[in-house]
Amino acid sequence: MNNLKQNITSIARKTAIALLVVSSVSGSALAAGDHLEGAPEAKHVDWSWAGVFGTFDRAQLQRGYQVYKEVCANCHAMDLVKFRNLSQSGGPEFSEAAVKVLAAEYEIEDGPDAEGEMFIRPREPKDSMPAPFANNNAAKASNGGALPPDLSLIAKARGHYSFKDLFMGRDGLTGGTNYIYNLLTGYVDEVPEYILENDHHVNEMGKEADPNFTEQHFELGDSNFNHFYEGYKIAMAAPLFEDSVEYTDGTAATLEQQAEDVASFLIWAAEPKMEIRKSIGIKVLLYLIILAGLMYAVKRRIWENVRH
Amino acid sequence: MSGHSTYVPKSDAGKWLEERLPIISLMHSAAVSMPNPRNLNYWWVFGGIAMFMLIVQIVTGIILAMHYTPHADMAFNSVEHIMRDVNWGWMLRYTHANGASMFFIAVYIHILRGMYYGSYKAPREVLWLLGMLIYLLMMATGFMGYVLPWGQMSFWGATVITNFFEVVPFIGDDIRTLLWGGFAVDNPTLNRFFSLHYLLPFVILGVVVLHIWALHVPGSNNPLGIEPKTKQDTMSFHPYFTMKDLYAIVLFAIVLFYFVFFNPNFMGHPDNYIPANSLVTPAHIVPEWYYLPFYAILRSIPDKLGGVVGMFGAILIMFVVPWLDTSKVRSAKFRPAYRIFFWIFVFNGILLGYFGQVSTTDDFLGIHGVTNLLVSRISTIYYFGFFIVILPVLGLIEKTKPLPNSISEAVLGVEGAAEEAALLAAAEAKA
Amino acid sequence: MADASKLEQPGRRDFLYIATGAFGALGVSVGAWPLLDQMNPDASVKALASIEVDISTIGEGESMTVNWRGKPVFIRHRTAVEIKASADVPLSELKDPQTDAERAEKPEWLIMVGVCTHLGCIPLGEAGEYNGWFCPCHNSVYDTAGRIRKGPAPLNMEIPEYEFLSDTKIKIG
Repeated sequence: MNNLKQNITSIARKTAIALLVVSSVSGSALAAGDHLEGAPEAKHVDWSWAGVFGTFDRAQLQRGYQVYKEVCANCHAMDLVKFRNLSQSGGPEFSEAAVKVLAAEYEIEDGPDAEGEMFIRPREPKDSMPAPFANNNAAKASNGGALPPDLSLIAKARGHYSFKDLFMGRDGLTGGTNYIYNLLTGYVDEVPEYILENDHHVNEMGKEADPNFTEQHFELGDSNFNHFYEGYKIAMAAPLFEDSVEYTDGTAATLEQQAEDVASFLIWAAEPKMEIRKSIGIKVLLYLIILAGLMYAVKRRIWENVRH
Repeated sequence: MSGHSTYVPKSDAGKWLEERLPIISLMHSAAVSMPNPRNLNYWWVFGGIAMFMLIVQIVTGIILAMHYTPHADMAFNSVEHIMRDVNWGWMLRYTHANGASMFFIAVYIHILRGMYYGSYKAPREVLWLLGMLIYLLMMATGFMGYVLPWGQMSFWGATVITNFFEVVPFIGDDIRTLLWGGFAVDNPTLNRFFSLHYLLPFVILGVVVLHIWALHVPGSNNPLGIEPKTKQDTMSFHPYFTMKDLYAIVLFAIVLFYFVFFNPNFMGHPDNYIPANSLVTPAHIVPEWYYLPFYAILRSIPDKLGGVVGMFGAILIMFVVPWLDTSKVRSAKFRPAYRIFFWIFVFNGILLGYFGQVSTTDDFLGIHGVTNLLVSRISTIYYFGFFIVILPVLGLIEKTKPLPNSISEAVLGVEGAAEEAALLAAAEAKA
Repeated sequence: MADASKLEQPGRRDFLYIATGAFGALGVSVGAWPLLDQMNPDASVKALASIEVDISTIGEGESMTVNWRGKPVFIRHRTAVEIKASADVPLSELKDPQTDAERAEKPEWLIMVGVCTHLGCIPLGEAGEYNGWFCPCHNSVYDTAGRIRKGPAPLNMEIPEYEFLSDTKIKIG
């Protein structure tokens, strides 16, 4: 009876999702196709920068940078982001002097000098964020074979765009940041009940379908459990905890706050021109709408005496 | 282009040039004095819109090429350099990327309009053929352009598409190696795709000139599908249709720039923000949306050779539409049965687009036991059946509605047309 | 051809048409700006616009050439003779009058962009009539302060923006 009910709910859910996709012809990845009964719902954060008029919260981006710098940067590079970006408008907008200080905390190899020797100098605003590992192989070797991806574009690379974004007037960038937020807050220490139940469910169905079916169990192994990671097994250990950073602006560093801050920082890093894009966009669209009105009047005036 | 010009040079310089190279009268006849049926509706604006989009793509493309580096190690970062550092680079790249999609939208509507109103029928077959050639060139250009950012979808899209050519008997493997310039998609492939992606738009532009030339010989078709008979049936291109087209272009630009400024990644794929990696295939490979129907046809056929033949066949069959359709009547307005099959064809095309991006083994809309694969096969059969069976047979058996005598009579009524004709005659006599 | 203008003559140049035309032209000209501006130096180029140079290794009478914004910058540790030769020239003899003090913040250090102001060639050092620089392309002659003295070049060689961070370190740009 319970199985039947589950089947019906799952069919209904799939139909809803399929209908949503039919109504779109977009080639975008579909999120969470197999949502298990009893699993927590992914949260949709109310981002300050989402929407047509949305702008970044500077203080939040600065906090997000702090989280990145103190936590994420231990394993993840951010090669496309330069220190100078931290002071440009539409970003965290640190002062140029502050950025020089931030950059100088790290060193970089430069050269060759006049004697042909390479030398180490402090980083300057023109340099990129430091990479924690010399290359991908070194990164894999230090992380049990899993490669911590570069975070420069991660918020866009993990995004998914749906027709809902269009109708909601959203930017289409919230998919990636919601995913990051949920991922960072989605760790639990033990494999939750709904997975174990589902294990059983899968096995029941498997036995019916295939006499040679061997039992399958959800084995965590060396991985960590995350509600929102595809397949639930993630190599990265939970990176953030309550108070894993101490915010300089006095904001309480709850897990949720840190996750929100760093996700916003990452979408800024992936799309640093978002604010100017939107502000110019509003002017362009206003202009075009007025021009369209004028053109319509011209067209009507010309066709006034012609029935067609 | 075909001597409709009423251009008379006024200045001495104009006369001097006219005697030596009548380029101004040529342009005058093409864009000013050309008589167009007065009853053209708004479905006729998409040719002008497509032309506008081609220009947008060429201008933004030339600029992007100033900043882009076609090398496997640098292409991805050079695109990000455009997005982050180049003045207005983000805007130009987003316009180019979304412009490609909008160009295809305009062209798809343009093609479907031609099919609905029978614009491919005699004497406009060459016009149609040139149009299809443009479409084919656009597909090639769009595909190679998508490879240039060298993200995961670029790389794996290129891998899948170039592997199609392996099915050619005997020499398939050699063709593929020739396309790659190596043993897999790599830097030489990227380089040649960049070169061709820069070249093809200008070839398209050339074919567009021929397309317009071929339009000007018989003139535009119209919603009634009957040829203009009297002067009363047509209006001069300028100002009537220039202003109408410009108005439509502005409206279309609103849609384009909405995407550019407020949803620029909507029509792209997130995986293309991951640099190309020849060792990891993305979980779901999907082509750009404008290829999805053809991709669905490929996947619906369970044989490699058959799939590729089916996919290319689906495009090539469009070239022979003028000779498949046996109907004497052009416009679907007077073909009630064709109208129904046409709209099923449109819906079927959208459905194929849906099948191009979902898992073939999943149930269709969650209906138990009915897989996407099964329904996509039915869709594929309808797609080909529409061309091979419906178009030839329907033309022979369909009972069509009576055609009006003339465009002006249909627009103004018999009395109105006579009235206007009298007025025109009086005005001319006065002049 | 049916032509409404034959039925009734509308005022073609009336306000609506002019306003629409002007508004459209405005958009086209504003829209053209990004298409041009993209060719200006981008953010990464501007970020590299200043360099620091260690000048402790340049002995008196020696020169060093460094690359700054894609152009050579001559850093010359001038001898007393050179400084005096330059300082003694009356301004009236100069094509592009500038005093020696205007050319060099510290008299012993001459820092200038090593590009001939005629057509952009790189002049040869310690050469020419004034033992300054000599451009082999079209025979422009510069003195020991890089000022144009003879030949087709119109101006003295350009002095870039620079500052002494310490006695042995300068920042150009």
